[in-house]
Amino acid sequence: MTSALLATSAMIAAIVISATAGDILTASAMRQVGDLDVIRQRSGILGAAGAVVTNGRFGLGVICLALSFFSLLFAFSHRDLSLIGPAATSLTFVTNALAAKFFLHENVDRRRWTAALFVCVGVALLAF
Amino acid sequence: MNSRHSMTFRRYLVLGVITITASCGDTFLARGMKSLGPVSLAHPGALIHAIFSPWVASGIVLLIGFFASYLTALSWADLTYVLPASSLGYVIMTLLAKFWLHEHVSPLRWLGVVFITAGVGFVTRGPSYTDHSHHHATPAAHSPSETNTEPMAEEAHR
Repeated sequence: MTSALLATSAMIAAIVISATAGDILTASAMRQVGDLDVIRQRSGILGAAGAVVTNGRFGLGVICLALSFFSLLFAFSHRDLSLIGPAATSLTFVTNALAAKFFLHENVDRRRWTAALFVCVGVALLAF
Repeated sequence: MNSRHSMTFRRYLVLGVITITASCGDTFLARGMKSLGPVSLAHPGALIHAIFSPWVASGIVLLIGFFASYLTALSWADLTYVLPASSLGYVIMTLLAKFWLHEHVSPLRWLGVVFITAGVGFVTRGPSYTDHSHHHATPAAHSPSETNTEPMAEEAHR
């Protein structure tokens, strides 16, 4: 493996890992908080916003999503948008499905795997 | 039955808002930044100036709307349902690129659009939420610390 290929792989991995961690932490936070529609009916929109922003996992998730965004910007400054964008986005669909199964215990059945893989391939094809 | 299980018209509408705000927000940002030209890191003030341009400002407002709708959807649906179901945004972005920004869209990109649409079709025909209610009785209101029984905190049970 050449050093350029290794560097590109590391950049894509950094984006995918931080984006997946951000998505999983955010989703976990929203499960902790509960149905926002119910909270909004009970406490108003400020109550719903307060329940979200005071959740620790939400804060960690936002930090991870910010890291992912800056990793993406860093990668864009070194590699082509047409390579980094679709590669990182499509891989994140697969890693999110894996992480949601193991960390959030979501029921990722054959239908959801098929959907994740179809969207992953579709997003990758958008690069051409 | 827990209200988190059923997909109502209003909830499909929230997924639609996620799709439209994400794709339009990104397209507006791209449109605004293209009209401003390249921004050098040596002149960060240009980025501040960019925020106040109409296209970029509109894009930011749309992306704030996207994040609020995305969080709402995650409060009653699984991540593995919301992400594929809202990926029609890529299709809308391709259509906007073709018919509004007049970019060339290759046959392989159209094939990608078909794959994404099929993926959305698969996931939206299945259940939207994995039931964990046997581990905790009621959804939380304002005290997340009181309901720390969600999947990442509980023991693996599958």
